[in-house]
Amino acid sequence: MIRSLHIAAKDLKAEFRTKQMLNSMVIFSLLVIVIFSVSFGDLLGDSETVSQLAPGVLWIAFTFAGMLGLSRSFASELENGCLEGLKLCPVDRSAIYTGKAISNVVIMFLVELITIPLFAVMFNYNIQGLLGLVVVIVLGTIGFISVGTLLSALTVNTGTRELLLPILLLPIIIPVIIPAVLATGKILVNGDISDISGELRLLLVYDIIFFVIAQLVFEYAIGD
Amino acid sequence: MSTNSQKINILSILTAIVMFIAAYMIFFYLPQMRDTSGQLLDSSFKIFYFHLPIAITSYLAFFVVFVASILYLKKGTHNWDVLARSAAEVGSIFALLVLVTGSIWAKATWGWYWVWEPRLTTSLALFLVYLAYLMMRQAIEEPEKRARLSAVFGIVGFASVPLSFLSIRMWRSAHPLMFGPSAQGSSGGLEGTSLQFTLIVNFIAFFLLFATILAYKVKNENLQEEINAKKQALP
Repeated sequence: MIRSLHIAAKDLKAEFRTKQMLNSMVIFSLLVIVIFSVSFGDLLGDSETVSQLAPGVLWIAFTFAGMLGLSRSFASELENGCLEGLKLCPVDRSAIYTGKAISNVVIMFLVELITIPLFAVMFNYNIQGLLGLVVVIVLGTIGFISVGTLLSALTVNTGTRELLLPILLLPIIIPVIIPAVLATGKILVNGDISDISGELRLLLVYDIIFFVIAQLVFEYAIGD
Repeated sequence: MSTNSQKINILSILTAIVMFIAAYMIFFYLPQMRDTSGQLLDSSFKIFYFHLPIAITSYLAFFVVFVASILYLKKGTHNWDVLARSAAEVGSIFALLVLVTGSIWAKATWGWYWVWEPRLTTSLALFLVYLAYLMMRQAIEEPEKRARLSAVFGIVGFASVPLSFLSIRMWRSAHPLMFGPSAQGSSGGLEGTSLQFTLIVNFIAFFLLFATILAYKVKNENLQEEINAKKQALP
């Protein structure tokens, strides 16, 4: 566990030196929000319509921005044989997975932290039930990242990794996105954590299932 | 080899006979359906006898992919990879048929082909997962790496099958639940021996159909590899 924290710390340090990935993810997710906001321009006065559209837009922004980050997560290790170096580390292979997942989750949280205020402004929300929203986003992000990190490792050794990652990732995360969008919608309308306990349980189950499976098969995904 | 192909021949003849009986039962043996108030039901209900067995068979196919993937990662035997690949291809055809028969039935009873409802969505997700699986197999050149990586994906992808099953009981939905009490209390019931008997015969028919196609597909893939090996051996 400590070792995976070391790997996560290494990733985050490298990321904060350049901020390359973080910047592009933030700007990308802001752009998604802005574009949706522009294209729904006339509807935004109608709070009924907005409350049906907005949760989906928010999660589209998170998913696409996350996909950008994930496609770089292992690809950045390819330079100078870093991936081989990581594999040679005297740690369990699953520690590499956990470390990578932790650093990806931290980066995603930062992106989401910046996106949500803009989202609230653009879609004219005053967010109540902040606690519920945080719980939904945390659980959803963990589920998304735990699959995404595994698939990022899976596709890194293939020729067409940028093409393959979204194709593999999107169908697998549908069961995570659906309850997340439903729960976000409910929170934004009347904002109470007890209304969404069903969705939260479902998200929690997905997180656990996907995290455990990924731990088990990561060794095979990253290769010999 | 010849006993093997003889077995496949027998299997396919058996399948043809059972399929014929199953179809006959649906169209001629079944009594007309009445609902609780004694109203005569539309005969569109008969598609249910195709829909459910196909759906269960497609889940079975993906279970085969899942087990074969685990065994491949564990044992590294080439045969498991061939089985996983064949089951995935046959299974995605069955998954497509589930969506097609479901849409036809939905149009007849609900009036829409498609409703964004959890059960339908997860069935669609299942189909998309295995399309992605097949896409991935095409994208990787090296046979060993292809087998290993797609086995990993086969295991991860299978996690969405139970979700498809659970979702109907978790959310209120328009999809009928045929057996057992629904958590929401709204369900159809299927009683009467002739109906259940027809359903069972249809289950057997579609399982046999799946087994036959799978056997042919595995044989095909093995022949393909034999050819490739021979091509490589040529100067």
